[in-house]
Amino acid sequence: MTKTVFAKRTLRAIALMAMLALSVQLAHAADTIKVGVLHSLSGTMAISETTLKDTVLMLVDEQNKKGGLLGKKLEAVVVDPASDWPLFAEKTRELIEKEKVDVIFGCWTSVSRKSVLPVIEELNGLLFYPVQYEGEESSKNVFYTGAAPNQQAIPAVDYFMNELGIKRWVLAGTDYVYPRTTNKILEAYLKAKGVKDEDIMINYTPFGHSDWQSIVADIKKFGSAGKKTGVVSTINGDANVPFYKELGNQGISAEDIPVVAFSVGEEELSGIDTKPLVGHLAAWNYFMSVDDAGNDDFIKSWHSFIKNPKRVTNDPMEAHVIGFNMWVKAVEKAKTTATDAVEQAMIGIEVPNMTGGTAKMLKNHHLTKPVLIGEIQDDGQFDVVWQTEGEVPGDAWSDFLPGSKDIVSDWTAPIKCGNHNTKTKKCSGQNY
Amino acid sequence: MRPWRGLAAVLAAFILLLPTLPAAAEEADYDFSAAVDALRVKSYADKEVAISALADTGNDRSIEVLEGLLVGRLFYRKSDQRMVLAEPQDVDYEIRDAATGEPLGTTGKRKLKKIGINNKLRKHLRGTIARLNLAHNDPAVRMAAVKEMMRNLDAAASDLLRAAMARERDVKVREAIRSGIALADLDSPDAAIRLRAVTDLTGSLLPEARNRLSGLAERNADGSSSGPDETVSLAARKALQSIESKLALNRLAETVFFGLSLGSVLLLAAIGLAITFGVMGVINMAHGELIMLGAYTTYLVQLAMPNHLDYSLFVAIPAAFLVAGLFGIAIEQGVIRYLYGRPLETLLATFGISLILQQLVRTTISAQNVAVSNPSWMSGSMEINPALAITYNRLYILIFALLVFAALLAVLKRTSLGLQVRAVSQNRAMAKAMGIRSEWVDAMTFGLGSGIAGVAGVALSQLTNVGPNMGQSYIIDSFMVVVFGGVANLWGTLVGAMSLGVANKFLEPFAGAVLAKILVLVFIILFIQKRPRGLFPQKGRAAEG
Repeated sequence: MTKTVFAKRTLRAIALMAMLALSVQLAHAADTIKVGVLHSLSGTMAISETTLKDTVLMLVDEQNKKGGLLGKKLEAVVVDPASDWPLFAEKTRELIEKEKVDVIFGCWTSVSRKSVLPVIEELNGLLFYPVQYEGEESSKNVFYTGAAPNQQAIPAVDYFMNELGIKRWVLAGTDYVYPRTTNKILEAYLKAKGVKDEDIMINYTPFGHSDWQSIVADIKKFGSAGKKTGVVSTINGDANVPFYKELGNQGISAEDIPVVAFSVGEEELSGIDTKPLVGHLAAWNYFMSVDDAGNDDFIKSWHSFIKNPKRVTNDPMEAHVIGFNMWVKAVEKAKTTATDAVEQAMIGIEVPNMTGGTAKMLKNHHLTKPVLIGEIQDDGQFDVVWQTEGEVPGDAWSDFLPGSKDIVSDWTAPIKCGNHNTKTKKCSGQNY
Repeated sequence: MRPWRGLAAVLAAFILLLPTLPAAAEEADYDFSAAVDALRVKSYADKEVAISALADTGNDRSIEVLEGLLVGRLFYRKSDQRMVLAEPQDVDYEIRDAATGEPLGTTGKRKLKKIGINNKLRKHLRGTIARLNLAHNDPAVRMAAVKEMMRNLDAAASDLLRAAMARERDVKVREAIRSGIALADLDSPDAAIRLRAVTDLTGSLLPEARNRLSGLAERNADGSSSGPDETVSLAARKALQSIESKLALNRLAETVFFGLSLGSVLLLAAIGLAITFGVMGVINMAHGELIMLGAYTTYLVQLAMPNHLDYSLFVAIPAAFLVAGLFGIAIEQGVIRYLYGRPLETLLATFGISLILQQLVRTTISAQNVAVSNPSWMSGSMEINPALAITYNRLYILIFALLVFAALLAVLKRTSLGLQVRAVSQNRAMAKAMGIRSEWVDAMTFGLGSGIAGVAGVALSQLTNVGPNMGQSYIIDSFMVVVFGGVANLWGTLVGAMSLGVANKFLEPFAGAVLAKILVLVFIILFIQKRPRGLFPQKGRAAEG
């Protein structure tokens, strides 16, 4: 008798414990919102992307300290696509299907984004892409928080033309999709402004190019024709260092032939000797040196999160902060993390920029951004010399390319597509 | 008695005058320090005015202050707003008062605020300093000042040049001033003066001269001259022709130099491989990583001696030779000696080693590129004439590559180690029979080749980025050069590297950097089809081994 009672009690206790454990697990699963982080932590892009992973982790951490979202805690799921473009697609599938994340923050290079696109559209996920890019794309499932060409390249060229009086143009870039598309847009833009063919020199170099002697000598020759010459550089990554060194050695200073770069930011400058670069320019939507209360707070919390007061902040980090804050607002507005509801709630959301003003999410999934042009200082920071009045709305499809002139993107009813031809009033269905 | 009285009078007069003299000086000093203080304004436009005002004070110290501003050494102290010139020391700055030059000790970086400038101000500053420097004692400084002024000639500048011409004694500077005045005279209303100016500029390689003359020489659509005077236009056309032919010659020289410089980089990268692959026949895929180790050694040496950057390279060269050489001997003893005669396995094993070495650097130092600074004597360029300048870093590396080549050749031809290396590579069995420790020779040879790769790394650290992946970009080039030049022939490596470099640079202007590289590769493929043993094949019985 006592034996059976004891056995029954034990059994009941075990069953109860098991149920409790199960319910705790269930509750746990239901009580977190998962945030996927898709940035390379190894391979060539690790230099730039690791910082962005840390940024998202910091934002998740801060949001949890504020009490989470919709009463739930946020949980970051970090994967490493290892700078391997096809792996980006696989990892996206893993994040959405296996980890069931509600949103993904990730990618740096355009080719990694292009690799993710088919997967994210098929599985109806959400991706926030934080880097300046070449445009000509607008997917329902992607929010582009970096600059489109009209928010970086075109204003920089305007600055050169109007403020510095540049008459001859060197478009120098690394040989891949972003520089080629950007230079195509810039060439069309310059020609529309009346610049002649012989006043434009276009030059492409392989990744990691290190022997710049003849190219710099060519630029020098091109620049000695009496008209003020400027270089618009889409040279990528560490090839910039020997390029600027060669400019310095051949005695070309920023006053003679200024170079404006679109891929050189604080992070890229932090590892190199900046003496030969002083006075050259970069165009971004954010600089660490900008005097703004929001920016100061961000830098302070970044330094305490990363536990290193020497770490710099840069433009793609700001893009992630804006993207994350917008997503939080949209989820609160939609009261759910379901992709379609959040996607519709995102449009029209406004959050403050860290350089003053506000960023607004537009119908084409791009942002309004201020454009800043800064001169490189010898401490690796930028001194802002010019900025646009107010924000520039991002344009997904460039107005200066014959193929995309008539195309707009509008993800609100009634158009609801990323590639709408205003002449034929048709959507092509191909959003990228 | 008399002289004493006279002296006393002079002394008395001096004492009487004394209070007034310093007062005047004080006033000027006050004006000057107010002018220096004026640079502290925030707006760049106001700063430009302040710079001109400072130059106009005529104070001797104004050049120093302006030059300090130009190179970013002019600060103000946050505590008392005092303008100071600061020299960076180890951690702190050594400061002195900008207006008086009085030393003020050292202070922390955070206590100072830099006077910022932008490109427009830099240009204005250079022009202002050049005008002040026209009266400098050093002819080289005067020369630089004249050149700076020529870039931006206005009426005031040409008046200054004319005034400077009258007192100039140095022949070269006189010549430069004459060109400058001639450039200004091209605008003269008097046709005769214009004609003389054109004649003065004939053969000048100054880019400004060429631009101005081509403006004068331009023809209208009907073939008539666009200038107001036919004879001046004709003279300008003739002058332009002589300039163009001179320029073409200079450009040729420049391209050849660029080619030799690229060749020297290829030579440095390949010469170690010429030993390990060429002489020993080991396919060493980790060769690039040995170069990388040399470059990282340079970085570490620079970290260890931050105050002697200018000499760090001389320490780095033997250090890199030792580090890379020891790594090479370890690789040979640990892996390669078990794999002689099995090229495929050697290739795979050394490829694995290259990955291990890359990861080693990534984990111990950093995944990011590291900054190796150039010593001051390797920066800048040597100007041969206004159209041809040779950058020092390239020039020194070309000389260095040739020195390394000569040293290696001497080791192989003149030392007993070299004799043994050649003996083993030609006939191992016979060498052994003669009492040569062939295993020891193998290890030493591999160490020598690896050490040379490390030395190449020191040179390459001055040209390109130092990072874990840097070796990858040189491994293909190195094999290309050794195979093209002919395996087992050092001279072949030299000729191969130089000819590939020059060919690449001659193709680049026409084909672009990407296509030029491809064309060179295609050429090598075709060449190897025709002559599989390279430029200088080994002849005789050794070739069979």
